Amino acid sequence: MLTVTYYGKLADLTGKPAETLALRPSVADTHALRRLLDARYGAEGVLLDPRVRIAINDVIVTEPFAIAAGDAIAFLPIVGGG
Amino acid sequence: MIDISPAPIDAAQRFAAFERRITGAGAIVAFTGLVRARNAEETIVSLFLQAHPVLTRRGLDEALADACRKWPLLDHEIGHRVGTIAPNETIVFVATAAVHRRAAFAAADFLMDYLKTQAIFWKKEVTSRGACWIEPRPEDYDDHGRWN
Repeated sequence: MLTVTYYGKLADLTGKPAETLALRPSVADTHALRRLLDARYGAEGVLLDPRVRIAINDVIVTEPFAIAAGDAIAFLPIVGGG
Repeated sequence: MIDISPAPIDAAQRFAAFERRITGAGAIVAFTGLVRARNAEETIVSLFLQAHPVLTRRGLDEALADACRKWPLLDHEIGHRVGTIAPNETIVFVATAAVHRRAAFAAADFLMDYLKTQAIFWKKEVTSRGACWIEPRPEDYDDHGRWN
């Protein structure tokens, strides 16, 4: 299983702040996960935008990055500043 | 010291506490950022600030370390609100202390530019017409670029 958390406007886009997903063999890395979720939520490319960064287990990764069962994945949109 | 919390920030109290714990400083600079009551067109009802539970603090730690490499700071402090914040309330408090004023001024300025463009916060502005997530302005990025 994967835990996926959506921050900022992405939670509004997906309609949820977080979810648990079963890890599929076809979703081996972050690029595949982006494609899967962008299609699932009809995000029209928002989740494919490289300005949306991905953190795995609290580390922002350089993509594509392999994902594994148990990973906590966060989708981080452009920050708004403090 | 870094504090990220939904609790209100009492800037005067924070400044007084910061001043009390500093020894040997010749200068203290403090900045308080408030939620504006209006944007360019509308009345602001509230701001909602979201942080990442780990990455936000880590980024602030790195920015403070960077500031300490650039300037000889004696101490520093960042307090930042998260959650729902009303107009005129304090959203951020930054303080720096140094032997000489230039270092304290520059470090506080640098930290605020980091906070405005790089810090991992997401900000939703709620106005009388609805809500929208907002991003830094081009001039905010220009300001941050001064330090590279």
